[in-house]
Amino acid sequence: MAEHYPLQTTPLHSLHQDHQAKLVQFAGYEMPVHYAPGIIKEHLHTRSKAGLFDVSHMGQIRVVGEDIAAQLENQIPADLVGLAAGRQKYGLLLNPQGGILDDLMVINRGDHFVLIVNAACKHQDLALLKSELGNTLQFEMMENLALIALQGPEAADVLSKSVSQPDQNINRMKFMDVQNLELAGFPCMVSRSGYSGEDGFEISLAAEHAPNLAKAFLDHDSVDLAGLGARDSLRMEAGLCLYGQDLDSETTPIEAGLKWAISPPRRAGGAREGGFPGADIILDQILQGTKRKLVGLLPEGRAPMRTGTQLFDQNSNPVGSITSGGFSPSLGHPISMGYVNTALSAADTLLQAEVRGKLLPVSVTTLPFVSHQYAR
Amino acid sequence: MNMKYTDDHEWARPDGDLLVVGITDFAQQQLGEVVFVELPEVDREVDQGEDTAVVESVKAAGEVKSPVSGTIVEVNETLADTPEKVNEDPTGEGWFYKLRPSDPGQLEALLDQEAYQTLVESLA
Repeated sequence: MAEHYPLQTTPLHSLHQDHQAKLVQFAGYEMPVHYAPGIIKEHLHTRSKAGLFDVSHMGQIRVVGEDIAAQLENQIPADLVGLAAGRQKYGLLLNPQGGILDDLMVINRGDHFVLIVNAACKHQDLALLKSELGNTLQFEMMENLALIALQGPEAADVLSKSVSQPDQNINRMKFMDVQNLELAGFPCMVSRSGYSGEDGFEISLAAEHAPNLAKAFLDHDSVDLAGLGARDSLRMEAGLCLYGQDLDSETTPIEAGLKWAISPPRRAGGAREGGFPGADIILDQILQGTKRKLVGLLPEGRAPMRTGTQLFDQNSNPVGSITSGGFSPSLGHPISMGYVNTALSAADTLLQAEVRGKLLPVSVTTLPFVSHQYAR
Repeated sequence: MNMKYTDDHEWARPDGDLLVVGITDFAQQQLGEVVFVELPEVDREVDQGEDTAVVESVKAAGEVKSPVSGTIVEVNETLADTPEKVNEDPTGEGWFYKLRPSDPGQLEALLDQEAYQTLVESLA
């Protein structure tokens, strides 16, 4: 998508420049792909200690109104009526064909809800929600908020040391819990979640305070900045889908291995069966299966197999394509994710990938490549 | 050391009657951490400007074009297991291949150190 207007920047733009960020255009924003240490070091640091990510380009939508959870269920196939205050859940926006328009986090804040959506989709998400649910709910894009993610095994320790009030104990927070915390003196909404596969936190706060909170985190020896490059390699190792690559409007949640995002009460026979766009198709796919599905792929050689690489069976018949791929810093070899015919989706199935005109061996594997370390 | 450069950020250095070819320090910095190098087959005849090797970083893949025409006589096999040499020593141990040039005049027409430096500074 061509961008014809000036690039936007996040509240942490100066901090990125101070840390020799290599800046790239991403979803209309100028964002750091990596800093002076480089993607591999930033990735490994996040796996061993803690990485600090600026994700302020993402959309933070505040939702108010009556019966918010029940209303949102008309668009999102998750069990939101059953989502307790102080909890968040992974959700999807779908089209009438069951294709995915965006993936998002839905947070129950008690008297309101917050949706965290992808940067590239945020304006169309807001327009969709207003047009479908605007009669009963009010949606507001919170433009004056920053969002930063602190990810890695040391993240909880750093956060504990940053809490201003002694009665606030982050050790009580479990994966997907959300609460208000005062960090380095600044009021924040903190969720125990992330996109790296590690334990970690995502922190929303006023844009004006974000640089000072980031600097307070960076004062800890265990915290280093990590850019979008490491964010991408971390999420690939964790087998997490990226909207626009692994998920799009032509792909259903069942094909993408996201059946778990269709909460049981919303499935066939559930208490609130269906009632979201594409429900008939998606609920049928849960029962009948799909023709293709997302799998992990392990190239046998050292050549990375990237987005768009075509896949073939042993008889050179086309069987699918790679949607995400690159080098895994943790494993020291290339990894990919992609869609293949369901008949060829079993682990250890040997396929071929066309790289620069040559067919190279690649085998199907289970996701994730690196196990999750969530604080469940 | 009489190293010459292309405006595509390859270098070529005479070694007896052969030329050693690699990518410049600027090129490796732009690419970032190199994780894979695909080298040409020995005895392949290549034209000036032809894609002869592939260098992939964590971020992206790039093509290496031959600075001059000639025949590939040796490739740096060590890059298969240690592609990071391209980052660590791009004009030394990170060389890509040696070729026997078929048109000696092509080397002379490449950029010298000063002209290449001017090019890099214009891109900074």
